[in-house]
Amino acid sequence: MIQHLADGILVGSVLSLGAIGLTMVMHMLRFANFSHAELLSVGAYSALVFDAVFAAIFPFLAVKIGPLSMTVALALAMVLAIVITGFSALLIDRLVFRRVREKGAELSMVFASFGVALVIRNVIGLAFGLETNLYSKDIIFAVAVSRDPLLLIKPDQVFTLIAAIVIMFGLHLVLSRTTLGYAFRAVAENPGLAQVNGIRLSRMIALVWIIGGGLAAIAGVFYGLTNQISPIIGRDLVLPIFAATIVGGIGSVYGAVAGGFIVGIAANVSLVVLPSGYIPSIPFMIILAVLLIRPNGLFGEVRT
Amino acid sequence: MMGFISYAVFFTTIASILAIAVLGLNLQWGNTGLFNGGVVAFFGAGAYGTLILGGSPQADHIGGFNIFYPLALFGGMVIAGLLAWVVGILTLRLRHDYLAIATFGIAVTFENIMRNAESLAGGAKGVRGFERPLRAWIGDGFAYNLIFLVVVLILLFLAYRFLQHLVQSPFGRLLRAIREDEEVALSLGKSPARIRLTAFVTGSVIMGLSGGLYATFYAFISPQDVLPTLTFQIWAMLIVGGAGNARGAVFGAFLIWGAWTASGWILSRFAPIDLQLYTGSIQYVLIGAVIVGMLLWRPQGLLPERLVVSQSGKPT
Repeated sequence: MIQHLADGILVGSVLSLGAIGLTMVMHMLRFANFSHAELLSVGAYSALVFDAVFAAIFPFLAVKIGPLSMTVALALAMVLAIVITGFSALLIDRLVFRRVREKGAELSMVFASFGVALVIRNVIGLAFGLETNLYSKDIIFAVAVSRDPLLLIKPDQVFTLIAAIVIMFGLHLVLSRTTLGYAFRAVAENPGLAQVNGIRLSRMIALVWIIGGGLAAIAGVFYGLTNQISPIIGRDLVLPIFAATIVGGIGSVYGAVAGGFIVGIAANVSLVVLPSGYIPSIPFMIILAVLLIRPNGLFGEVRT
Repeated sequence: MMGFISYAVFFTTIASILAIAVLGLNLQWGNTGLFNGGVVAFFGAGAYGTLILGGSPQADHIGGFNIFYPLALFGGMVIAGLLAWVVGILTLRLRHDYLAIATFGIAVTFENIMRNAESLAGGAKGVRGFERPLRAWIGDGFAYNLIFLVVVLILLFLAYRFLQHLVQSPFGRLLRAIREDEEVALSLGKSPARIRLTAFVTGSVIMGLSGGLYATFYAFISPQDVLPTLTFQIWAMLIVGGAGNARGAVFGAFLIWGAWTASGWILSRFAPIDLQLYTGSIQYVLIGAVIVGMLLWRPQGLLPERLVVSQSGKPT
């Protein structure tokens, strides 16, 4: 039980990072972006490529940081992956979503996002192969935190959780303390009024994509670090991430953080009573429960 | 020659069955603007429902009620409708994202439960013990497939006529009114949420019919038949054919199913051996590109919706 809870919190931190970007995009552009989870794959695979490149050019970078399986090379590769994924998200918007949006076919955006997701996922599969990859082939043993009840945790998992919390706190400071944060919230609240006050809508939209993509890249690398990297990361995570945004209420950044942890914990704790084959069904059950009890989520406001 | 004809019959049967599902989606998306991300769940509910109701008793899973076939098929449609009603009632009052996510979720969950719950529907092994209706009299050969095709074509025609009638009726006008401007419909004293629910359930029942026929044709259904791929294919059919135009929907079904089978055949025939493993990935990239490309360059589809003016302005 306690082990499931710990695992759930760790998965939850990855889902939260993914859900923050998704909820911001959904709030500002008002469409369910089914290609968001593919950005996690883009981030995970970019980091994989640059990790190999850095380790090959500068062998001294391929040293582990403390007890982690993460190397200095991977940490640097992650920074590049954040940039690349952020700009890929922006590029996809320019190539597809913005053009569909400008045609005035807002409802078609969700179709387009499915098409984009299919293309990204399978191009990754074609480029990197359908098999799974790992950042490090070394086995990192889990540390027994307690023996009764048994609780095993890997150093990587602790690092992932702490890093995720630090990043979310940083985002909170930006949103609540800076002019940029005010501008963000103003656009989400009332795009028309925000523009009257001299906020450029197109710049804000671009920024949302870059931030959302960057956070997705971090989530993807963390997921790869604690699980494994495969082209179907996006397919497996799309529904849990959506569940996290619905639990938190579409548009609420804090809700997305809470939702990610709730979905992660619920999915893992349910293993106590359910066979593991049913895991993919849990997010939908959570969505149904939220829609029945509190349709606008924990922190969402009523918007039509 | 005979081989070609029997393949043509097989191809037309599957394409026509899928065309029925595309007609159902056209009512939801084309006429009402409802996004259904889980077509395959309603298709699957019809398929599993028909086989479980109409099959013979099995030791390892429920079902085998041996119900008279048309009733079993109808039962499958009812199950699809009930599933749609549950999803619809929870999401159609909310902003449209919720319907998209919930329908996508129910498709994932449906496949997952069918794969795992062995006592319900045979799990990964699928549903067995169903005998195609009238097989004892007609046999298994070419004649059966030909008669089955005729039945499918009749049902496709009936579904087409029914939907045409529905869309041209005052109810159809209401659907388009809600799609274009919900508040106007509301101001005229209509209830958009209820009308949308009706359209969503009706469309899903038609998808259930399609699934029931598909399962009858193979006399078998397994989780492998209810993967998300089918949803993407059915969308591509509607978007390419032309959302809002029932004739376009049927045309798109034949076109995309032809392109899908042809691309599969070409890849299996001419692609190098080590690429064979990636045939699926290539086909997915193609179908994703078709969806995105159509939305960018010809969002109205090959046969666009024809807007009808219900009453001419001419004085009588």
